Amino acid sequence: MDFSQGFGLILIITGQCLLITIGVLLSLAFLMYADRKIWAAVQMRKGPNVVGAFGILQSFADFLKYVFKEIVIPSGSDKVVFLLAPLITFVLSLVAWSVIPFNEGWVLTDINIGILFIFAVAGLEVYGVIMGGWASNSKYPFLGSLRSAAQMISYEVSIGFIIIGILISTGSLNLSKIVLAQNGSYGILSWYWLPHFPMVILFFISALAETNRPPFDLPEAEAELVAGFQVEYSSTPFLLFMIGELMTVVLMCTLISILFFGGWLSPIPIIPDGIFWLILKVLIIFFMFSMVKAIVPRFRYDQLMRLGWKVFLPMSLAWVVIVATLAQFGVSGYVRW
Amino acid sequence: MKNIDWRRAIYYFLLKDFITGFKLGFKYFFKSKATLNYPYEKGPISSRFRGEHALRCYPNGEERCIACKLCEAICPAQAITIDAGPRQADGSRKTTRYDIDMTKCIYCGLCQEACPVDAIVEGPNFEYATETREELFYNKEKLMENGRKWEHLLAENIKLDKSFR
Repeated sequence: MDFSQGFGLILIITGQCLLITIGVLLSLAFLMYADRKIWAAVQMRKGPNVVGAFGILQSFADFLKYVFKEIVIPSGSDKVVFLLAPLITFVLSLVAWSVIPFNEGWVLTDINIGILFIFAVAGLEVYGVIMGGWASNSKYPFLGSLRSAAQMISYEVSIGFIIIGILISTGSLNLSKIVLAQNGSYGILSWYWLPHFPMVILFFISALAETNRPPFDLPEAEAELVAGFQVEYSSTPFLLFMIGELMTVVLMCTLISILFFGGWLSPIPIIPDGIFWLILKVLIIFFMFSMVKAIVPRFRYDQLMRLGWKVFLPMSLAWVVIVATLAQFGVSGYVRW
Repeated sequence: MKNIDWRRAIYYFLLKDFITGFKLGFKYFFKSKATLNYPYEKGPISSRFRGEHALRCYPNGEERCIACKLCEAICPAQAITIDAGPRQADGSRKTTRYDIDMTKCIYCGLCQEACPVDAIVEGPNFEYATETREELFYNKEKLMENGRKWEHLLAENIKLDKSFR
């Protein structure tokens, strides 16, 4: 490979990266708006409706507002870590998108340990929160970040076991292969949500906890901790935290639709597959996320820990054993390699 | 082990509370919204609403206030300051100074109840926030201007209230 070929390759990869980044960030702006609208609708409010038609440009107005505000850095804080923390949250949640298959072959890096990579990146995201809370040198952010760390670690365990069940059924860690393994002749019925049904709900709830969404938004808990680890943040660093969190939420929605709802596959075998099916599935799951935010009260800390360690962990662990047994005896639906 | 409430445990694992809540939330999702687009839409207010003050005039342009100082006397917050003297033109008793400190006023409405000639009234306007504190120290000119601006509504409100006083 000579220089021009290598340069062309770099250009193509950069272009693909930009495409994914811009696509994700743009869709995020509208998902944020949708989130607020859904939340408002359940509470019989109208939600944002001033900026643009029906307030559809609200996220962009918010973006400009955040960017043009002054960045306040507390004098007692560790400035490097303080500014590094939101960057870590933002970059890591963006990096995870590099292994997501949007369509057959539409994936930036088709590595054979895709799901492991996402899991590792999601695990690293705790650092953003912890560093932010610690570097603020204030008690509310610190308590918030401690809670967040405990919570994310607890629920990652059960998420890991749920994923192991899927891996046993698929026989691969590659996300594209996981989707293709669900490509049966029964359309929607051959996806993993049916054989792995209880785990769909478990994964959904764990994803809520993992992304600090209500009812598990203890790290923010505005009634107790003002805004948790974000108390001292303002302007762009705060924006990065917010975008990072929402991006993780959308990533979890995408992950649920890839692992359990067949990614880009169409629910009816006759209709062609395509990226719009993935988008539709992500939107439906995101709607569920928003509805949950609107209807549930926040968990207490001990309830959160009890649910994580005494309910989810045994259930997902038992499910791994059950799936492994079923796969060993070749029960159809559980073995697909 | 014998104290397990099985019904509750089953409901817990079937996410009964969550599903009930979801149904309720979904029902409210499609209900008509209670939001008022405030600067463009406003809620109804009573004809007795006590908002910004105004000094009214008679239809011929003569000011109503006769400087009896009853409002100044009754004002519980002592927000009103009045100086009075004979007017140059016809020697009638008029106010030379009529100040209301809107930052002191508690909007009790006692001044308009005390007024024998319906001169000082509290109108329906509640949107008069200012950027500085000094702008809220209303003098006679400001109050007279309010009277001219809101006269049609003020007169209507007084007419609606007539049979009750």
